[in-house]
Amino acid sequence: MALTLKEVEHVARLARLSLSEEEKAAFTVQLSRILEHVESMNRLDVTGVPPTYHAVSLENVLRADKPQASLDRQTVLEQAPEAEAGCFRVPKITEG
Amino acid sequence: MTHKLSAARLNRLFLAGELSAVEITESVLSRIASVDPVVGAFIKVAAEHALDRARKLDARRKAGDREFGPLAGVPVAVKDNICTCGIETTCASRILKGYVPPYDATVVERLRASGAIIIGKTNMDEFAMGSSGETSAFGVTRNPWDLERIPGGSSSGSAAAVAAEEVPLSLGSDTGGSIRQPAALTGVVGLKPTYGYVSRYGLVAFASSLDQIGPFGHDVEDVARLFEVIAGPDRRDATNAGRTPPEVKFGGEPSLKGVRLGVPREYFGSGIEAGVRARVEEAIKQLEELGASVEECSLPSTEHALSAYYIIAPAEASANLARFDGVRYGYRAAGASGLLEMYGRTRAEGFGPEVKRRIMIGTYALSSGYYDAYYKKAQQVRTLVIRDFERAFGRFDALVTPTVPTTAWRLGEKLDDPLSMYLADICTIPVNLAGLPAISVPCGFADGLPVGLQLIGQHFADTQLLQLAWAYQKVTKHHEARPDVDLKGGRQQ
Repeated sequence: MALTLKEVEHVARLARLSLSEEEKAAFTVQLSRILEHVESMNRLDVTGVPPTYHAVSLENVLRADKPQASLDRQTVLEQAPEAEAGCFRVPKITEG
Repeated sequence: MTHKLSAARLNRLFLAGELSAVEITESVLSRIASVDPVVGAFIKVAAEHALDRARKLDARRKAGDREFGPLAGVPVAVKDNICTCGIETTCASRILKGYVPPYDATVVERLRASGAIIIGKTNMDEFAMGSSGETSAFGVTRNPWDLERIPGGSSSGSAAAVAAEEVPLSLGSDTGGSIRQPAALTGVVGLKPTYGYVSRYGLVAFASSLDQIGPFGHDVEDVARLFEVIAGPDRRDATNAGRTPPEVKFGGEPSLKGVRLGVPREYFGSGIEAGVRARVEEAIKQLEELGASVEECSLPSTEHALSAYYIIAPAEASANLARFDGVRYGYRAAGASGLLEMYGRTRAEGFGPEVKRRIMIGTYALSSGYYDAYYKKAQQVRTLVIRDFERAFGRFDALVTPTVPTTAWRLGEKLDDPLSMYLADICTIPVNLAGLPAISVPCGFADGLPVGLQLIGQHFADTQLLQLAWAYQKVTKHHEARPDVDLKGGRQQ
Protein backbone atom coordinates (compact mmCIF):
# COMPACT_ATOMS: atom_id res chain seq x y z
CA MET A 1 0.00 0.00 0.00
CA ALA A 2 1.74 3.16 -1.18
CA LEU A 3 1.18 6.15 1.08
CA THR A 4 0.79 9.58 -0.42
CA LEU A 5 2.53 12.67 0.91
CA LYS A 6 -0.90 13.99 1.88
CA GLU A 7 -1.59 10.90 4.01
CA VAL A 8 1.80 11.23 5.71
CA GLU A 9 0.99 14.85 6.54
CA HIS A 10 -2.38 13.81 7.97
CA VAL A 11 -0.82 11.08 10.16
CA ALA A 12 1.89 13.47 11.35
CA ARG A 13 -0.83 15.88 12.43
CA LEU A 14 -2.60 13.12 14.36
CA ALA A 15 0.71 12.13 15.96
CA ARG A 16 1.54 15.74 16.87
CA LEU A 17 4.84 15.67 14.98
CA SER A 18 5.94 18.80 13.09
CA LEU A 19 7.93 17.04 10.36
CA SER A 20 10.30 18.79 7.98
CA GLU A 21 9.76 18.48 4.19
CA GLU A 22 12.71 16.04 3.99
CA GLU A 23 11.26 13.87 6.75
CA LYS A 24 7.86 13.78 5.07
CA ALA A 25 9.43 12.71 1.78
CA ALA A 26 11.57 10.03 3.46
CA PHE A 27 8.67 8.67 5.52
CA THR A 28 6.42 8.50 2.46
CA VAL A 29 8.88 6.04 0.90
CA GLN A 30 9.90 4.16 4.08
CA LEU A 31 6.42 3.74 5.55
CA SER A 32 5.09 2.53 2.19
CA ARG A 33 7.79 -0.16 2.09
CA ILE A 34 7.14 -1.25 5.66
CA LEU A 35 3.37 -1.39 5.14
CA GLU A 36 3.85 -3.32 1.91
CA HIS A 37 5.84 -5.92 3.82
CA VAL A 38 3.27 -6.05 6.61
CA GLU A 39 0.51 -6.64 4.11
CA SER A 40 1.84 -10.15 3.58
CA MET A 41 -0.51 -10.85 6.51
CA ASN A 42 -3.37 -10.51 4.06
CA ARG A 43 -2.43 -13.85 2.52
CA LEU A 44 -3.57 -15.45 5.77
CA ASP A 45 -7.20 -16.37 6.24
CA VAL A 46 -8.11 -15.16 9.71
CA THR A 47 -11.86 -15.48 9.36
CA GLY A 48 -13.33 -16.35 12.74
CA VAL A 49 -9.99 -16.03 14.58
CA PRO A 50 -10.45 -13.88 17.68
CA PRO A 51 -7.88 -11.12 18.19
CA THR A 52 -5.53 -11.39 21.19
CA TYR A 53 -4.73 -8.13 22.93
CA HIS A 54 -2.81 -9.71 25.78
CA ALA A 55 -0.90 -12.98 25.63
CA VAL A 56 -1.27 -13.82 29.30
CA SER A 57 -4.78 -13.68 30.72
CA LEU A 58 -4.99 -11.01 33.35
CA GLU A 59 -7.25 -10.12 36.20
CA ASN A 60 -7.83 -6.61 37.40
CA VAL A 61 -5.57 -5.58 40.23
CA LEU A 62 -7.78 -3.90 42.80
CA ARG A 63 -7.08 -2.28 46.13
CA ALA A 64 -9.18 -0.87 48.93
CA ASP A 65 -10.55 2.59 48.14
CA LYS A 66 -8.46 4.35 50.75
CA PRO A 67 -6.79 7.69 50.09
CA GLN A 68 -3.02 7.56 50.22
CA ALA A 69 -0.17 9.96 49.59
CA SER A 70 0.86 10.56 46.00
CA LEU A 71 4.16 12.02 44.81
CA ASP A 72 5.05 15.29 46.46
CA ARG A 73 3.90 18.27 44.35
CA GLN A 74 7.20 20.17 44.59
CA THR A 75 9.23 17.10 43.56
CA VAL A 76 7.05 16.60 40.51
CA LEU A 77 7.14 20.26 39.48
CA GLU A 78 10.94 20.27 39.67
CA GLN A 79 10.97 18.15 36.52
CA ALA A 80 8.70 20.54 34.58
CA PRO A 81 10.16 22.75 31.83
CA GLU A 82 8.14 25.62 33.34
CA ALA A 83 6.11 25.79 36.53
CA GLU A 84 4.25 28.55 38.31
CA ALA A 85 2.08 28.76 41.42
CA GLY A 86 2.01 24.98 41.89
CA CYS A 87 0.96 24.38 38.26
CA PHE A 88 2.60 23.43 34.96
CA ARG A 89 2.97 26.54 32.84
CA VAL A 90 2.24 26.12 29.11
CA PRO A 91 1.75 28.43 26.11
CA LYS A 92 -1.79 29.67 25.48
CA ILE A 93 -4.20 26.84 24.81
CA THR A 94 -6.85 28.67 22.82
CA GLU A 95 -5.79 28.88 19.22
CA GLY A 96 -7.81 30.70 16.61
CA MET B 1 40.94 -8.55 38.52
CA THR B 2 37.92 -8.18 40.81
CA HIS B 3 35.89 -6.95 37.86
CA LYS B 4 36.24 -10.39 36.23
CA LEU B 5 34.50 -12.26 39.07
CA SER B 6 30.97 -13.62 38.85
CA ALA B 7 28.13 -12.15 40.89
CA ALA B 8 27.92 -15.35 42.94
CA ARG B 9 31.61 -15.11 43.84
CA LEU B 10 31.54 -11.39 44.61
CA ASN B 11 28.58 -11.94 46.91
CA ARG B 12 30.41 -14.77 48.72
CA LEU B 13 33.61 -12.75 49.11
CA PHE B 14 31.69 -9.74 50.40
CA LEU B 15 29.77 -11.81 52.95
CA ALA B 16 33.00 -13.51 54.07
CA GLY B 17 34.63 -10.12 54.59
CA GLU B 18 37.37 -10.91 52.05
CA LEU B 19 36.36 -8.03 49.77
CA SER B 20 34.65 -4.84 50.86
CA ALA B 21 31.80 -3.40 48.81
CA VAL B 22 33.91 -0.27 48.28
CA GLU B 23 36.82 -2.34 46.89
CA ILE B 24 34.45 -4.13 44.51
CA THR B 25 32.83 -0.87 43.40
CA GLU B 26 36.17 0.88 42.89
CA SER B 27 37.46 -2.02 40.82
CA VAL B 28 34.37 -1.93 38.60
CA LEU B 29 34.52 1.87 38.25
CA SER B 30 38.17 1.70 37.23
CA ARG B 31 37.41 -1.01 34.65
CA ILE B 32 34.59 1.16 33.23
CA ALA B 33 36.94 4.17 33.10
CA SER B 34 39.49 2.17 31.13
CA VAL B 35 37.30 0.42 28.55
CA ASP B 36 34.06 2.36 28.27
CA PRO B 37 35.51 5.30 26.32
CA VAL B 38 35.87 2.72 23.54
CA VAL B 39 32.84 0.44 24.17
CA GLY B 40 30.28 3.16 25.02
CA ALA B 41 28.06 0.92 27.13
CA PHE B 42 27.11 3.61 29.66
CA ILE B 43 25.09 6.79 29.31
CA LYS B 44 25.71 7.62 32.93
CA VAL B 45 28.09 6.16 35.49
CA ALA B 46 26.69 6.88 38.96
CA ALA B 47 30.04 6.67 40.73
CA GLU B 48 29.21 8.71 43.82
CA HIS B 49 25.84 7.05 44.25
CA ALA B 50 27.45 3.60 43.96
CA LEU B 51 30.29 4.34 46.37
CA ASP B 52 27.84 5.77 48.87
CA ARG B 53 25.80 2.55 48.70
CA ALA B 54 28.96 0.48 49.02
CA ARG B 55 30.09 2.36 52.11
CA LYS B 56 26.70 1.78 53.73
CA LEU B 57 26.88 -1.95 52.96
CA ASP B 58 30.38 -2.16 54.45
CA ALA B 59 29.26 -0.30 57.58
CA ARG B 60 26.34 -2.69 58.00
CA ARG B 61 28.60 -5.73 57.63
CA LYS B 62 31.14 -4.32 60.09
CA ALA B 63 28.37 -3.69 62.60
CA GLY B 64 27.57 -7.39 62.55
CA ASP B 65 24.52 -7.27 60.29
CA ARG B 66 24.09 -10.66 58.62
CA GLU B 67 20.74 -10.02 56.93
CA PHE B 68 22.04 -9.53 53.41
CA GLY B 69 20.30 -10.33 50.16
CA PRO B 70 21.63 -12.52 47.33
CA LEU B 71 23.20 -9.57 45.47
CA ALA B 72 24.91 -7.88 48.44
CA GLY B 73 28.12 -6.30 47.21
CA VAL B 74 27.34 -6.99 43.54
CA PRO B 75 27.49 -4.10 41.03
CA VAL B 76 24.60 -4.08 38.55
CA ALA B 77 24.10 -1.83 35.51
CA VAL B 78 20.57 -0.77 34.62
CA LYS B 79 19.17 0.00 31.17
CA ASP B 80 18.34 3.67 30.86
CA ASN B 81 14.62 3.11 30.33
CA ILE B 82 14.21 1.85 33.91
CA CYS B 83 13.53 4.61 36.45
CA THR B 84 16.17 5.14 39.12
CA CYS B 85 15.27 7.64 41.83
CA GLY B 86 17.83 10.45 41.84
CA ILE B 87 19.74 9.11 38.80
CA GLU B 88 18.99 10.61 35.38
CA THR B 89 16.88 8.34 33.16
CA THR B 90 16.79 9.29 29.48
CA CYS B 91 15.74 6.29 27.34
CA ALA B 92 18.70 7.48 25.21
CA SER B 93 16.46 10.27 23.90
CA ARG B 94 16.89 14.03 23.72
CA ILE B 95 13.29 14.38 24.85
CA LEU B 96 14.18 13.01 28.32
CA LYS B 97 17.67 14.48 28.68
CA GLY B 98 18.05 15.77 32.22
CA TYR B 99 15.03 13.88 33.57
CA VAL B 100 15.65 12.67 37.12
CA PRO B 101 12.87 10.32 38.27
CA PRO B 102 11.35 11.04 41.69
CA TYR B 103 10.78 7.30 42.22
CA ASP B 104 12.38 3.88 41.68
CA ALA B 105 11.06 1.21 39.35
CA THR B 106 9.97 -1.89 41.27
CA VAL B 107 12.93 -3.85 39.90
CA VAL B 108 15.29 -1.14 41.18
CA GLU B 109 13.66 -1.22 44.63
CA ARG B 110 14.20 -4.97 44.62
CA LEU B 111 17.82 -4.57 43.51
CA ARG B 112 18.48 -2.16 46.36
CA ALA B 113 16.75 -4.45 48.87
CA SER B 114 18.94 -7.36 47.70
CA GLY B 115 22.09 -5.40 48.46
CA ALA B 116 23.04 -4.75 44.83
CA ILE B 117 25.05 -1.65 43.95
CA ILE B 118 23.60 0.25 41.00
CA ILE B 119 26.64 1.35 39.06
CA GLY B 120 25.05 3.35 36.27
CA LYS B 121 22.64 3.54 33.36
CA THR B 122 23.34 1.80 30.08
CA ASN B 123 23.06 2.99 26.52
CA MET B 124 20.25 1.67 24.33
CA ASP B 125 18.31 2.28 21.16
CA GLU B 126 16.15 5.34 21.70
CA PHE B 127 13.02 4.29 23.64
CA ALA B 128 14.12 0.68 23.02
CA MET B 129 13.29 1.00 19.31
CA GLY B 130 16.05 -0.60 17.29
CA SER B 131 18.16 -3.72 16.96
CA SER B 132 21.67 -2.30 16.86
CA GLY B 133 22.07 0.35 19.55
CA GLU B 134 22.61 2.94 16.83
CA THR B 135 19.39 4.91 17.34
CA SER B 136 20.63 6.24 20.72
CA ALA B 137 20.76 10.03 20.81
CA PHE B 138 24.00 9.78 22.81
CA GLY B 139 26.27 7.82 20.49
CA VAL B 140 26.71 4.19 19.57
CA THR B 141 27.79 1.23 21.69
CA ARG B 142 30.43 -0.98 20.12
CA ASN B 143 30.58 -4.77 20.18
CA PRO B 144 33.44 -5.78 22.49
CA TRP B 145 34.31 -8.69 20.14
CA ASP B 146 34.82 -6.37 17.18
CA LEU B 147 34.69 -2.64 17.76
CA GLU B 148 33.61 -1.98 14.16
CA ARG B 149 30.41 -3.93 14.74
CA ILE B 150 27.13 -3.35 16.53
CA PRO B 151 26.42 -5.13 19.84
CA GLY B 152 22.74 -5.61 18.94
CA GLY B 153 19.82 -3.85 20.56
CA SER B 154 17.87 -2.38 21.95
CA SER B 155 19.65 -3.29 25.24
CA SER B 156 23.00 -2.57 23.58
CA GLY B 157 24.80 -1.12 26.59
CA SER B 158 23.51 -3.71 29.08
CA ALA B 159 24.82 -6.54 26.90
CA ALA B 160 28.12 -4.85 26.00
CA ALA B 161 28.83 -3.85 29.62
CA VAL B 162 28.66 -7.50 30.70
CA ALA B 163 30.55 -8.78 27.62
CA ALA B 164 33.37 -6.26 28.15
CA GLU B 165 33.62 -7.30 31.83
CA GLU B 166 32.62 -3.86 33.06
CA VAL B 167 29.90 -5.33 35.32
CA PRO B 168 28.98 -8.91 36.24
CA LEU B 169 25.23 -8.31 35.81
CA SER B 170 22.86 -5.89 34.13
CA LEU B 171 19.17 -5.36 33.49
CA GLY B 172 17.63 -4.89 30.07
CA SER B 173 14.15 -4.92 28.61
CA ASP B 174 12.81 -7.13 25.83
CA THR B 175 9.89 -6.11 23.59
CA GLY B 176 10.79 -8.09 20.46
CA GLY B 177 14.17 -9.56 21.36
CA SER B 178 15.94 -6.59 22.94
CA ILE B 179 17.57 -8.73 25.63
CA ARG B 180 18.16 -11.99 23.74
CA GLN B 181 19.44 -10.53 20.47
CA PRO B 182 22.24 -8.36 21.98
CA ALA B 183 23.06 -11.21 24.39
CA ALA B 184 23.59 -13.49 21.39
CA LEU B 185 25.63 -10.95 19.41
CA THR B 186 27.93 -10.14 22.35
CA GLY B 187 28.33 -13.69 23.70
CA VAL B 188 26.53 -13.40 27.04
CA VAL B 189 23.43 -14.96 28.63
CA GLY B 190 20.16 -13.01 28.44
CA LEU B 191 16.76 -14.02 29.80
CA LYS B 192 13.40 -12.65 28.69
CA PRO B 193 11.04 -13.78 31.47
CA THR B 194 7.41 -14.83 31.03
CA TYR B 195 5.25 -11.73 30.50
CA GLY B 196 3.95 -10.73 33.93
CA TYR B 197 6.65 -12.33 36.09
CA VAL B 198 8.60 -9.10 36.50
CA SER B 199 6.85 -5.83 37.37
CA ARG B 200 6.87 -3.15 34.67
CA TYR B 201 6.23 -0.37 37.20
CA GLY B 202 8.87 2.26 36.47
CA LEU B 203 9.85 0.83 33.09
CA VAL B 204 9.26 3.55 30.50
CA ALA B 205 6.68 1.82 28.33
CA PHE B 206 7.28 1.07 24.66
CA ALA B 207 4.73 -1.67 23.86
CA SER B 208 2.88 -2.53 27.05
CA SER B 209 1.60 -5.96 26.04
CA LEU B 210 5.11 -7.09 25.00
CA ASP B 211 7.67 -5.35 27.26
CA GLN B 212 9.40 -7.37 29.94
CA ILE B 213 12.48 -6.59 32.05
CA GLY B 214 15.16 -9.27 32.35
CA PRO B 215 18.77 -10.02 33.33
CA PHE B 216 22.12 -10.32 31.52
CA GLY B 217 25.14 -12.17 32.90
CA HIS B 218 28.04 -14.38 31.88
CA ASP B 219 26.54 -17.60 33.18
CA VAL B 220 23.11 -19.05 33.87
CA GLU B 221 23.62 -19.15 37.65
CA ASP B 222 24.24 -15.41 37.85
CA VAL B 223 21.30 -14.71 35.57
CA ALA B 224 19.04 -16.91 37.71
CA ARG B 225 20.17 -15.09 40.83
CA LEU B 226 19.22 -11.70 39.35
CA PHE B 227 15.95 -13.09 37.94
CA GLU B 228 14.91 -14.33 41.38
CA VAL B 229 15.59 -10.90 42.84
CA ILE B 230 13.47 -8.98 40.29
CA ALA B 231 10.56 -11.40 39.72
CA GLY B 232 7.45 -11.51 41.88
CA PRO B 233 4.14 -9.87 42.73
CA ASP B 234 3.63 -6.12 42.52
CA ARG B 235 0.33 -4.38 43.20
CA ARG B 236 1.44 -1.32 41.23
CA ASP B 237 1.52 -3.12 37.87
CA ALA B 238 -1.90 -4.23 36.66
CA THR B 239 -0.24 -6.63 34.19
CA ASN B 240 1.80 -8.37 36.86
CA ALA B 241 0.89 -12.04 37.27
CA GLY B 242 1.20 -11.89 41.05
CA ARG B 243 3.38 -14.99 41.13
CA THR B 244 6.74 -15.78 42.67
CA PRO B 245 8.88 -18.14 40.60
CA PRO B 246 9.88 -21.41 42.30
CA GLU B 247 13.45 -21.37 43.56
CA VAL B 248 15.96 -22.44 40.91
CA LYS B 249 18.15 -25.26 42.15
CA PHE B 250 21.39 -26.03 40.35
CA GLY B 251 23.61 -28.93 41.23
CA GLY B 252 24.44 -32.55 40.67
CA GLU B 253 25.10 -34.07 37.29
CA PRO B 254 23.64 -32.17 34.35
CA SER B 255 21.12 -34.50 32.75
CA LEU B 256 18.29 -33.83 30.32
CA LYS B 257 16.89 -37.34 30.50
CA GLY B 258 13.20 -37.26 29.63
CA VAL B 259 13.29 -33.66 28.36
CA ARG B 260 11.53 -33.31 24.99
CA LEU B 261 12.94 -30.60 22.72
CA GLY B 262 11.32 -29.33 19.53
CA VAL B 263 13.24 -27.72 16.69
CA PRO B 264 10.91 -25.49 14.63
CA ARG B 265 12.01 -25.68 10.99
CA GLU B 266 10.84 -22.13 10.17
CA TYR B 267 13.69 -20.75 12.29
CA PHE B 268 16.29 -22.33 10.04
CA GLY B 269 15.09 -20.70 6.81
CA SER B 270 16.99 -19.08 4.00
CA GLY B 271 18.06 -16.00 5.98
CA ILE B 272 20.28 -17.96 8.37
CA GLU B 273 24.07 -17.71 7.97
CA ALA B 274 25.90 -21.00 7.53
CA GLY B 275 28.11 -20.41 10.57
CA VAL B 276 25.12 -19.69 12.81
CA ARG B 277 23.31 -22.79 11.58
CA ALA B 278 26.39 -24.96 12.22
CA ARG B 279 26.85 -23.72 15.80
CA VAL B 280 23.17 -24.13 16.66
CA GLU B 281 23.08 -27.64 15.19
CA GLU B 282 26.17 -28.57 17.24
CA ALA B 283 24.43 -27.24 20.34
CA ILE B 284 21.33 -29.31 19.59
CA LYS B 285 23.57 -32.42 19.34
CA GLN B 286 25.05 -31.60 22.74
CA LEU B 287 21.57 -31.30 24.24
CA GLU B 288 20.82 -34.75 22.78
CA GLU B 289 24.00 -36.15 24.32
CA LEU B 290 22.76 -34.84 27.67
CA GLY B 291 19.76 -37.14 27.27
CA ALA B 292 17.12 -34.91 25.69
CA SER B 293 14.95 -36.20 22.86
CA VAL B 294 14.97 -33.91 19.85
CA GLU B 295 12.38 -33.71 17.10
CA GLU B 296 11.69 -31.30 14.28
CA CYS B 297 8.40 -29.39 14.38
CA SER B 298 6.63 -26.58 12.57
CA LEU B 299 5.31 -23.17 13.65
CA PRO B 300 3.65 -22.12 10.38
CA SER B 301 2.68 -18.60 11.49
CA THR B 302 6.32 -17.60 12.09
CA GLU B 303 6.72 -15.65 8.85
CA HIS B 304 3.70 -13.51 9.69
CA ALA B 305 4.67 -12.89 13.31
CA LEU B 306 7.09 -10.19 12.21
CA SER B 307 4.38 -8.33 10.30
CA ALA B 308 1.99 -8.54 13.22
CA TYR B 309 4.69 -7.28 15.57
CA TYR B 310 5.56 -4.29 13.40
CA ILE B 311 1.93 -3.18 13.62
CA ILE B 312 1.21 -4.04 17.27
CA ALA B 313 4.42 -2.66 18.79
CA PRO B 314 4.28 0.73 16.99
CA ALA B 315 0.54 1.00 17.68
CA GLU B 316 1.10 0.57 21.42
CA ALA B 317 4.16 2.82 21.23
CA SER B 318 2.25 5.63 19.54
CA ALA B 319 -0.17 5.64 22.47
CA ASN B 320 2.54 5.30 25.13
CA LEU B 321 4.74 8.03 23.69
CA ALA B 322 1.88 10.52 23.57
CA ARG B 323 2.89 11.47 27.12
CA PHE B 324 6.05 13.15 25.86
CA ASP B 325 4.54 16.52 25.02
CA GLY B 326 6.81 19.05 26.74
CA VAL B 327 4.30 19.82 29.49
CA ARG B 328 5.39 17.95 32.62
CA TYR B 329 8.96 16.72 32.17
CA GLY B 330 11.82 16.48 29.72
CA TYR B 331 12.48 18.65 26.70
CA ARG B 332 10.28 21.53 25.54
CA ALA B 333 10.78 23.36 22.24
CA ALA B 334 11.46 27.03 22.84
CA GLY B 335 9.32 29.94 21.71
CA ALA B 336 6.14 28.15 20.63
CA SER B 337 3.22 30.56 20.36
CA GLY B 338 0.54 27.99 21.20
CA LEU B 339 0.02 24.57 22.70
CA LEU B 340 -0.29 22.56 19.46
CA GLU B 341 2.85 24.15 18.06
CA MET B 342 4.65 23.31 21.29
CA TYR B 343 3.57 19.65 21.08
CA GLY B 344 4.53 19.30 17.44
CA ARG B 345 7.91 20.99 17.70
CA THR B 346 8.85 19.41 21.04
CA ARG B 347 8.25 15.93 19.62
CA ALA B 348 9.87 16.71 16.27
CA GLU B 349 13.01 18.07 17.95
CA GLY B 350 13.06 15.60 20.85
CA PHE B 351 12.55 12.25 19.08
CA GLY B 352 14.99 10.65 16.64
CA PRO B 353 14.07 9.22 13.22
CA GLU B 354 13.34 5.61 14.28
CA VAL B 355 11.02 6.70 17.08
CA LYS B 356 9.17 9.05 14.73
CA ARG B 357 8.92 6.27 12.14
CA ARG B 358 7.28 3.93 14.63
CA ILE B 359 4.94 6.60 16.02
CA MET B 360 3.88 7.28 12.42
CA ILE B 361 3.28 3.58 11.61
CA GLY B 362 1.37 3.10 14.84
CA THR B 363 -0.74 6.21 14.41
CA TYR B 364 -1.56 5.18 10.85
CA ALA B 365 -2.49 1.60 11.85
CA LEU B 366 -4.82 2.89 14.56
CA SER B 367 -6.35 5.66 12.46
CA SER B 368 -9.95 5.68 11.31
CA GLY B 369 -10.52 3.38 8.36
CA TYR B 370 -7.32 1.36 8.81
CA TYR B 371 -7.86 -0.10 12.27
CA ASP B 372 -9.44 -3.35 11.06
CA ALA B 373 -7.10 -3.84 8.11
CA TYR B 374 -3.94 -3.47 10.18
CA TYR B 375 -4.33 -3.45 13.94
CA LYS B 376 -7.14 -5.94 14.36
CA LYS B 377 -5.66 -8.21 11.72
CA ALA B 378 -2.30 -8.15 13.50
CA GLN B 379 -3.99 -9.17 16.74
CA GLN B 380 -5.70 -12.06 14.93
CA VAL B 381 -2.32 -13.18 13.59
CA ARG B 382 -1.06 -12.94 17.16
CA THR B 383 -3.70 -15.50 18.12
CA LEU B 384 -2.39 -17.85 15.39
CA VAL B 385 1.16 -17.44 16.72
CA ILE B 386 -0.03 -18.33 20.23
CA ARG B 387 -1.93 -21.37 18.93
CA ASP B 388 1.19 -22.60 17.12
CA PHE B 389 3.16 -22.45 20.35
CA GLU B 390 0.35 -24.13 22.30
CA ARG B 391 0.33 -27.00 19.83
CA ALA B 392 4.11 -27.36 20.07
CA PHE B 393 4.07 -27.33 23.87
CA GLY B 394 1.58 -30.19 23.80
CA ARG B 395 4.49 -32.30 22.50
CA PHE B 396 7.62 -30.57 23.81
CA ASP B 397 9.00 -29.13 27.04
CA ALA B 398 11.02 -26.47 25.25
CA LEU B 399 11.91 -25.30 21.74
CA VAL B 400 15.44 -24.75 20.46
CA THR B 401 16.28 -22.14 17.79
CA PRO B 402 19.00 -19.70 16.82
CA THR B 403 18.57 -16.39 18.69
CA VAL B 404 19.56 -14.31 15.66
CA PRO B 405 19.95 -15.60 12.08
CA THR B 406 23.26 -13.74 11.66
CA THR B 407 26.29 -12.62 13.66
CA ALA B 408 26.83 -8.94 14.52
CA TRP B 409 26.82 -6.68 11.46
CA ARG B 410 28.97 -3.62 10.85
CA LEU B 411 28.12 -0.24 12.36
CA GLY B 412 26.03 1.75 9.90
CA GLU B 413 25.32 -1.25 7.67
CA LYS B 414 21.53 -1.34 8.13
CA LEU B 415 20.89 2.12 9.49
CA ASP B 416 19.26 3.52 6.36
CA ASP B 417 17.21 0.40 5.67
CA PRO B 418 14.71 0.03 8.53
CA LEU B 419 13.08 -3.01 6.98
CA SER B 420 16.29 -5.05 6.83
CA MET B 421 16.94 -4.10 10.47
CA TYR B 422 13.43 -5.29 11.39
CA LEU B 423 14.02 -8.66 9.72
CA ALA B 424 16.93 -9.37 12.10
CA ASP B 425 14.37 -10.00 14.87
CA ILE B 426 12.59 -12.87 13.17
CA CYS B 427 13.62 -15.52 15.76
CA THR B 428 12.85 -13.49 18.87
CA ILE B 429 9.60 -11.65 18.05
CA PRO B 430 7.11 -14.56 18.14
CA VAL B 431 8.09 -15.22 21.79
CA ASN B 432 6.98 -11.72 22.84
CA LEU B 433 3.70 -11.96 20.94
CA ALA B 434 2.91 -15.10 22.93
CA GLY B 435 4.29 -13.78 26.25
CA LEU B 436 6.60 -16.80 26.67
CA PRO B 437 9.93 -17.02 28.49
CA ALA B 438 13.09 -17.49 26.42
CA ILE B 439 16.80 -17.44 27.10
CA SER B 440 19.81 -16.91 24.85
CA VAL B 441 23.06 -18.67 25.75
CA PRO B 442 26.40 -18.46 23.93
CA CYS B 443 26.98 -21.53 21.71
CA GLY B 444 30.27 -20.71 20.00
CA PHE B 445 31.65 -18.45 17.29
CA ALA B 446 31.28 -17.96 13.55
CA ASP B 447 34.11 -15.99 11.92
CA GLY B 448 35.25 -14.93 15.40
CA LEU B 449 31.86 -13.48 16.34
CA PRO B 450 29.54 -14.89 19.03
CA VAL B 451 26.49 -17.00 18.19
CA GLY B 452 23.51 -17.46 20.50
CA LEU B 453 21.25 -20.44 21.12
CA GLN B 454 17.65 -19.64 22.06
CA LEU B 455 15.59 -21.88 24.33
CA ILE B 456 11.85 -21.11 24.50
CA GLY B 457 9.66 -22.40 27.33
CA GLN B 458 6.02 -22.46 28.32
CA HIS B 459 4.37 -19.70 30.34
CA PHE B 460 5.92 -19.48 33.82
CA ALA B 461 8.41 -22.27 33.06
CA ASP B 462 11.32 -19.83 33.43
CA THR B 463 12.87 -21.97 36.16
CA GLN B 464 12.91 -25.11 33.99
CA LEU B 465 14.36 -23.05 31.15
CA LEU B 466 17.18 -21.85 33.39
CA GLN B 467 17.88 -25.43 34.46
CA LEU B 468 18.01 -26.56 30.84
CA ALA B 469 20.44 -23.74 29.97
CA TRP B 470 22.50 -24.58 33.07
CA ALA B 471 22.90 -28.20 31.97
CA TYR B 472 24.12 -27.01 28.57
CA GLN B 473 26.64 -24.64 30.17
CA LYS B 474 27.90 -27.43 32.43
CA VAL B 475 29.16 -29.37 29.41
CA THR B 476 30.30 -26.45 27.23
CA LYS B 477 32.83 -23.67 27.59
CA HIS B 478 31.46 -21.05 25.17
CA HIS B 479 30.30 -18.74 27.95
CA GLU B 480 33.82 -18.63 29.38
CA ALA B 481 35.30 -16.91 26.31
CA ARG B 482 36.06 -13.23 26.80
CA PRO B 483 36.85 -10.53 24.24
CA ASP B 484 40.07 -8.61 24.54
CA VAL B 485 38.75 -5.05 24.49
CA ASP B 486 42.08 -3.62 25.54
CA LEU B 487 43.42 -4.31 22.08
CA LYS B 488 41.56 -1.84 19.89
CA GLY B 489 39.46 -3.91 17.52
CA GLY B 490 41.31 -7.03 18.52
CA ARG B 491 39.57 -10.33 19.06
CA GLN B 492 40.45 -13.22 21.21
CA GLN B 493 38.73 -16.52 21.86
